[in-house]
Amino acid sequence: MDPADLTIAEAGARLRSGDLTAVDLLAAVRRRASMTEAILHAYLTIDHDGARAAATAADVALAQGRDLGSLHGIPIALKDNMVTRGIETTCSSRILAGYRPPYDATVVERLKAGGAVIVGKTNLDEFAMGSSTENSAYGPTRNPWDPDRVPGGSSGGSAAAVAVGSALAALGSDTGGSIRQPGSLTGTVGMKPTYGLVSRYGLIAFASSLDQIGPITRTVDDAVTVFEAIAGHDPSDATSYRGGVPEVRSTLDAGVKGLRIGIVGELSGEGTAPDVAANFRATVDALAGAGATIKELSLPSTAYALSAYYLIAPAECSANLARFDGVRYGPRLAGRSVEESMSATRRDGFGPEVTRRILLGTYALSAGYYDAFYGQAQKVRTLVIEDFRRAYSEVDVLVTPTSPTTAFAVGEKANDPLAMYLSDICTIPSNLAGDPAISVPSGLDSDGLPIGFQVLAPALGEAVMFRVASAVEQSSGFTGRPALATSAGAA
Amino acid sequence: MPVDIDIAKVARLARIGLTADELAYYGQQLQGILEHAALVQALPTAGVAPTAHPLPMVNSFRPDIVEPTLDREEVLAQAPDREGPYFRVPPFLED
Amino acid sequence: MTWEAVIGIETHVELRTDSKMFCGCPTGFGAEPNTNICPVCLGLPGALPVPNETAIRWTIALGLALGSTITPHSVFHRKNYFYADLPKNYQISQFDLPLCAGGHLEIDPGTGVRRVGITRVHLEEDTGKSTHLGGGGRIHDSDATLLDFNRSGIPLMEVVSEPDISTPDEARAYAHELREVVLAMGISDARLEEGSMRFDANVSLRRIGTSALGTKVEVKNMNSLRSLQRALAYEIERQTRLLDSGAAITQETRHWDEEAGITHPGRSKEESSDYRYFAEPDLVPIVTTQETIATLRRDLPELPAARRARYVELGLEAAAARTLVAGPLGTLFEATLAAGAAPRRVANWLTGEIAAYLNRTGGDAGSLAIDATGLAQLVGMIETGKLSSTAAKEVLEGMLAGEGTPEQVAAARDLLQVSDEAEIAALVAAVLASHPDEVARVGAGEEKLVGFLVGQVMRAGQGKADPKVVDRLVRLQTHT
Repeated sequence: MDPADLTIAEAGARLRSGDLTAVDLLAAVRRRASMTEAILHAYLTIDHDGARAAATAADVALAQGRDLGSLHGIPIALKDNMVTRGIETTCSSRILAGYRPPYDATVVERLKAGGAVIVGKTNLDEFAMGSSTENSAYGPTRNPWDPDRVPGGSSGGSAAAVAVGSALAALGSDTGGSIRQPGSLTGTVGMKPTYGLVSRYGLIAFASSLDQIGPITRTVDDAVTVFEAIAGHDPSDATSYRGGVPEVRSTLDAGVKGLRIGIVGELSGEGTAPDVAANFRATVDALAGAGATIKELSLPSTAYALSAYYLIAPAECSANLARFDGVRYGPRLAGRSVEESMSATRRDGFGPEVTRRILLGTYALSAGYYDAFYGQAQKVRTLVIEDFRRAYSEVDVLVTPTSPTTAFAVGEKANDPLAMYLSDICTIPSNLAGDPAISVPSGLDSDGLPIGFQVLAPALGEAVMFRVASAVEQSSGFTGRPALATSAGAA
Repeated sequence: MPVDIDIAKVARLARIGLTADELAYYGQQLQGILEHAALVQALPTAGVAPTAHPLPMVNSFRPDIVEPTLDREEVLAQAPDREGPYFRVPPFLED
Repeated sequence: MTWEAVIGIETHVELRTDSKMFCGCPTGFGAEPNTNICPVCLGLPGALPVPNETAIRWTIALGLALGSTITPHSVFHRKNYFYADLPKNYQISQFDLPLCAGGHLEIDPGTGVRRVGITRVHLEEDTGKSTHLGGGGRIHDSDATLLDFNRSGIPLMEVVSEPDISTPDEARAYAHELREVVLAMGISDARLEEGSMRFDANVSLRRIGTSALGTKVEVKNMNSLRSLQRALAYEIERQTRLLDSGAAITQETRHWDEEAGITHPGRSKEESSDYRYFAEPDLVPIVTTQETIATLRRDLPELPAARRARYVELGLEAAAARTLVAGPLGTLFEATLAAGAAPRRVANWLTGEIAAYLNRTGGDAGSLAIDATGLAQLVGMIETGKLSSTAAKEVLEGMLAGEGTPEQVAAARDLLQVSDEAEIAALVAAVLASHPDEVARVGAGEEKLVGFLVGQVMRAGQGKADPKVVDRLVRLQTHT
């Protein structure tokens, strides 16, 4: 087997048995990238020197008996909205072209401390705004299952890299589904932790109260491994949770017998593609067959969650992106005054989707409209949280399809922002609530495209969430890999 | 529900120097999105407290301790324009 | 005069914490440009703020000193506006839930003590500093602007007064008193010349006897107590002339030009006042418990008003109490009292001769050659009649020149007063013997000649005889 197709668990075992070196593992991953990048464009930057040095150091350390943990020697990709010292970090935006940050994000420090080998920085929708990775100033990423289709977004580069084998795992960020939806569309596992469990320090903010970093992997077990490596309190992030990280591994294989699983009417009805709906029902049936109790529930306020999200996220982004003004970093357009220069720099530097959301957020916060839009959206957020609380008094987890459809064609929704926004309907509520959620591959549709199954749990309920996800993984028996990975691996 | 938007003012507040055509384009798009977003107003929320934050956390502080600073040259190397130890920008129009 | 001014003052006070408001950068003034910077205070992508607990406690403590209500659940907001020296293009500040609300400050503009209401005290971060090149340093004519972010993120308290102030003198007294309070608390250097304390004022006029408020003008850029007073005087006069001539006041922001002695309108666009405040999502609320409040209240130092009242109770003039509390000699005063000296006399020496000496030499209180023990001894020697007040001045001079203790100086300069009755009685007898006529006239009732005879005795004793004793003995010997 090509080492690029190994899971973290498998690669870790081979690295420790001396069967494989980190340098060889990196070489395999790099070979995979060199054969697929021209088609996929998963990466914006590959850090050849840094990765080679890290892999060499990982081999030396292991040879000396210093084992830094489960990620030791594992090639991992980072979404390009996490800052890396000295390595270009652009958020797929022209406004940060050439920017080399002077510091590492906390997650990057944690990965490095755990011996991980950072392969490079992956493509995303500019500033993580989008659901297709088409909104990148540096060109779209394509889906390894069908390069005419999008990989989802905004963490599409990370998802495509993991799916095709140009990284064993990747980090993404999830503001409204940006880890889970691309996970679903690329047949990978995408997990958003409870808000506050993973430090946001060094994550270039889109919407601060919604953003959370999480893993994209090929198996649930690998997602647990990466989650364990990156979660934990960080004094540099005032919103970082101080109460400790839930222990998840010991119950991972406990099965679903005796668990109460809720289905949400509002999140699995209209707009769901027939194949997705059928797969969802079959997966739920399998869970019931494995001993879970299935209960149908209503979360009435989730019907308003999308609207609330498209006010809250742009409002926060309008302030978060104000700092990109061409004064301290990034390219600058000339102007007779600093005000003119800023206006020109920002017009030129931001793509249409980012511009649209900044304008939307600016409007929603401006005098006279705050109460009707932003203020009201925050109240809806309260109602969404209350709906979830009620639901979790009756069930242990909720399940939905991750995305109403499988991967759509490149360009299909590019000119219809509202249609694009609607594809986030199932993923957004857990961001509003700050709850954990995971997408697990659960089968293929009639076009041979992967379908994702989403498990939602209450805040800090990662253990039961991973436990159900693991059961789905086993019952679906999904081990499919995109044709591109198979052909590249065989080449 | 029609939404009233002074798109030129919004763009000025956001410091994005859009052309007239661009203003018209974005104005129309915002209109559509906001009409959908205005759905939030349909939900009765009397007596509902707003949630600014999903965490019920409070008092996240740091002690008053000095920590290492950044290297000035590394920082200024990223600046589009500098003069000696300073960032340099065009003159201010407003004050 | 038909108009009266209605003035509210916003005071920005930089706190003297070791590190900045939301990051660990040092706060020291005068560092090399752009050296006290990190991802947070430079607004680099991905950086996050974490609040300095000391800054929060100090702000609450100031609120307690001002009698504010401490907000149980306080929140930081983002105040959005674009400005090149504001790295994130929003300022982390506070909006509807400031740390402290309400309160008052007692001021004494010289026309009696009065209260100025405090609207709120909140905490925010300072901006960077810009230097305008060319155009004589003037903002609008410059060729370029240089930015230094050392100041960016220094904790900045904003104290907002009620519009309770009606004259430039009161405004000055308010600003002065607030400065005294933060200095007494040790929470700010409050150095006006370094900009660590800055004032903005809202000024409007109304017809005397009416309560309807006029149009407000915001005056900025006043960097000293004197410029605050001058700027307000100018602005009141400007508005008075406009209103007297029937013109209307424009609501605007005006800048004080210290050199020209005028205010002129700013050039901000009207929309810049749409700050789009919303709760800072990178931070969580600040909850202050009753226990914390009790601790902070217990740890408050004696505040200037209380200290002045205590001094007045000790018998000091109000003016002396003010001078000692405000000035550099307060510490020496307290120490001298502790050494057992009489308060009023110590105060007189400190606010008189010693203050004059400091003025003359330009030295600071810390470098004085006199200490509390010496000053207490000097005052004691006057009380016990060992020194005349004239001689004491000379002794003090010697002490200030470093000549030693008062005993040593008085002995070396031969200034000790003679208080021995027998010695003085002999001197009096001798003088009276040589002035038989005058003695006779006094005996006949010409009392005013007693003074003449006392003077003759003092002269004969080279001024060292205790005048009280001399006076008593002259009367005794002429009336028998």
